[in-house]
Amino acid sequence: MRPSPARLLNILVPVKRAVDYAVKIRVNPQQTGVDTNVKHSMNPFDEIAVEEAVRLREKLKNSIESIKLVSIGPSKCSETLRTGLAMGADSAIHIETPDSAPAPEPLGVAKALRQIIAKQEVGVDIVILGKQAIDDDAGQTGQMLAGLLGWSQATFASKVDIDVEKKEATVLREIDGGSEEIRCRLPVIITTDLRLNEPRYASLPNIMKAKKKPIEKLTPEQLGVDLTPRLQTNKVSEPPKRVGGAKVENVDQLIEKLKEAGFAAA
Amino acid sequence: MVLYTVQRGFHSLCKKSVQRLRFGVPTCYISQTRQFSGMSLDGLTESQIQVREAIGSICSKYPDEYWAQKDMEGSYPSDLHRALATGGWLGICMPEKYGGSNLGISEATVMLQTIAESGAGIAGAQSIHANVYAIWTFATEDQRNRWLPPIISGSQRACFGVTEPNTGLDTLKLQTQATRQGDKYIVNGKKIWISSAQVAQKMVLLARTTSLDQLDNPSKGLSLFFADIKEEDGVTPKGGIDLQRISKMGGRAIDANQVFFDDFEIPVADRIGEEGEGFKQILHGMNAERCLLAGEALGIGLAALRRAARYASERVVFGRPIGQNQAIQHPLAQSWIDLEAAKLLTYSAAKAYDDHAVGKGSSNTDVGAKCNAAKYFAAEVAFKACERAVMTHGGMGYSADFHVERYMREVFVPRIAPVSREMILNFISQKVLGLPKSY
Repeated sequence: MRPSPARLLNILVPVKRAVDYAVKIRVNPQQTGVDTNVKHSMNPFDEIAVEEAVRLREKLKNSIESIKLVSIGPSKCSETLRTGLAMGADSAIHIETPDSAPAPEPLGVAKALRQIIAKQEVGVDIVILGKQAIDDDAGQTGQMLAGLLGWSQATFASKVDIDVEKKEATVLREIDGGSEEIRCRLPVIITTDLRLNEPRYASLPNIMKAKKKPIEKLTPEQLGVDLTPRLQTNKVSEPPKRVGGAKVENVDQLIEKLKEAGFAAA
Repeated sequence: MVLYTVQRGFHSLCKKSVQRLRFGVPTCYISQTRQFSGMSLDGLTESQIQVREAIGSICSKYPDEYWAQKDMEGSYPSDLHRALATGGWLGICMPEKYGGSNLGISEATVMLQTIAESGAGIAGAQSIHANVYAIWTFATEDQRNRWLPPIISGSQRACFGVTEPNTGLDTLKLQTQATRQGDKYIVNGKKIWISSAQVAQKMVLLARTTSLDQLDNPSKGLSLFFADIKEEDGVTPKGGIDLQRISKMGGRAIDANQVFFDDFEIPVADRIGEEGEGFKQILHGMNAERCLLAGEALGIGLAALRRAARYASERVVFGRPIGQNQAIQHPLAQSWIDLEAAKLLTYSAAKAYDDHAVGKGSSNTDVGAKCNAAKYFAAEVAFKACERAVMTHGGMGYSADFHVERYMREVFVPRIAPVSREMILNFISQKVLGLPKSY
C-alpha cells in the first residue's frame, strides 16, 4: 500500500560542478587560482550523495516522493545536473550565475539553498550533499545550511537508514578513531563521506531519459541572495616540490640520520 | 636510467588503480606542465561528448594492464562486453522499441573510439563491434522482436560471416552455398576471418542462393541470414558447423576463425529480407562499418600518442628528457595534427551517414567517399602514430610492459579491414574523380 502523502519524503541533493578528479591541476601564472580550462565533472562527494538518494528510493520504494537536484554556477552546470538526472534524480534547479562570476562561498551557497528549500511547496525532508567539494575543500556548506534552518545534521555519513513511519534517520558517521551512530529527526542535512557507497554508471537509456527531465532555471536575484564572496584570495601557489631522499647502508646509519634530523631522541 | 623509467611505469600504474576507486587523488595534485590527455572535444556534439564521458568511465575499470593480460592469454574480454550491455550501450543505434537508444553512427563511432583510446585498442572495440550496427534494417517485425533484445541485453552475441578464403573483396563471387529444401536452407562452404565466432551465438551469414551461371544480374545471387550457430547452451557449435581458431598478429583476445559448413541447416524464418537481396543489404551496412573502424583507428592512434608524449617527457638521457629534442617532439606533434584532421574527417563522414539515413544531405556516393576516406586516413595516421610511439620508447617500446607494441600490432586491423587501402583509392578515383575503372 502506498503511504499517505504526509509520509512521503522529498529529497534535495545539492551538487557542485568541479574540476574533474582525474585532472592534474595547475596554478595559473597570475597565482590567483588554478587553470579552470580543463575537464569538469560532478564533485565526487556529491555523486555519492546522488547515488545515496537513488538507493534510498530503491530501498524505500514509494515512500520517496521526489529527488530534486540543485546546482549553482555558470551555464555548464546544466551538464552536471544532467549527469545526476541520468543517475536517477527526477528534476533539477539551476541557479545560474554569469560565466565571469566568482565561485560562491559556502555561506552564500547555504543561504541560496535555504531559499530553494523555502520555495518547495511539497517541502524537503532530507538534504544529502557532499561533505566537501574537491576544488576548494571548504567542507562547510552542509553544516551552515543546518545552522541556518535549525535542522538536524548528520555529517560524514558512511551509512544511512531512514525510518519513514517515525520520520527518523539513523546515520553512521566516520569520526576520529572510529565510527559513531546517531539518530536524528527529519528534516535532516546529511553530508556524505567517501565510503558511503560507490556511485553507479548511468546507463545509456537513462542518459537519454535524463534529456527530457525538467531543469528549472533561477537567478540569485530571484532568490534574493547575494553570492558576492566575502573572502579575499591573496595568493595561490604550488606545494613545495618533493625533495628526493637518500639511501643508507644499515639500521645504525638510519638511526644516526634520524637523530641528526631531530626525528629521534639523541 | 632503465630503472628510473620502470619506476615511473609502476607509479602510473598505482595512480590508475587509485583512479579506479573513482577518486582519492589528492586535490592538490599540481603539475607545472600540461599533460596531453587525448583528443580535443572540438567539433563533437553534446550527445557525442556525453557518450565519450560515460564510456570513458566504464573503460577506466579496464586499464592497459587488463588488455595486455587478455592479449597474452588470448582470452575473451567478456567483462567489458557485460559492462557495456548492462549499461544499455549495445543498443546505441537500435530502435527504442527493442531496448535501444536510437542514436546514430556518429555516437557509435565515438563509443568505439573511446573504447580503443582507453587502451583496450582494437581488441576492446572488436569485442562489441559486430553487435552494434544494422542487421535489423531489413528484418521483419517478428525477426526484430526475436533477435534484437538478446543482442542489446548481451545475452547473445553476433558475428559477421562474409569473407571466404577464395573470395575477399570480390563479394559477388562468394561460394558458400545455401540450398533451399522445404522450410530450411542447407549450407555448405567455408568462411574465414570470422571474429568472435567462438563466443557468438548468432552469425550474420551471406551465402549464395543462386549460382552465378543462372544469373543475368550477378548482384542478385546472394542472400543474408541471421543464423543460430550454437546449441541451446550457447557454447557448443551446432551440427554441421566447425570453428577453427586462427593464430594472429594482434587483437589476440578476440578469436578469429575459419568456419566450415557441412550440411548446416538454417530455417527459412531466419533469412533476412527476400532471397537474392543479400548483396544489397550487406552494402547498406558497409559505410557505417567504415566509420566505426575509422573511430577505432583514431582511438588507438591517440592512445599511442598519449603514451609517447608521456614517455618522452619522463625519460631522461644526457641529463634531459628526450622529449626536449625536436627530433623526438616534432614527429609526435605531426601525429597530433594528423589525428586531429582524421577526427574531423571521421565525424564529418559519420554525420553525412546519419543525415543520409534520414534522407538529408549528400548522395549515397558522397557518403561512401567520405566514409572510405575517413577509414583510410584514420588508419594510416594511427599507424604512423603507433610506429612513432614505439620508436619514441626505443627498447622499451619493444617490451609488452609499455603497451605501444600491442597498439602497433593491432593498428594493422583498420588498415587492412574491412576493405584494403587500394580498393578505397580505386573507389575515390572512379566515383569522385571520374577516372576509368582500373580493376
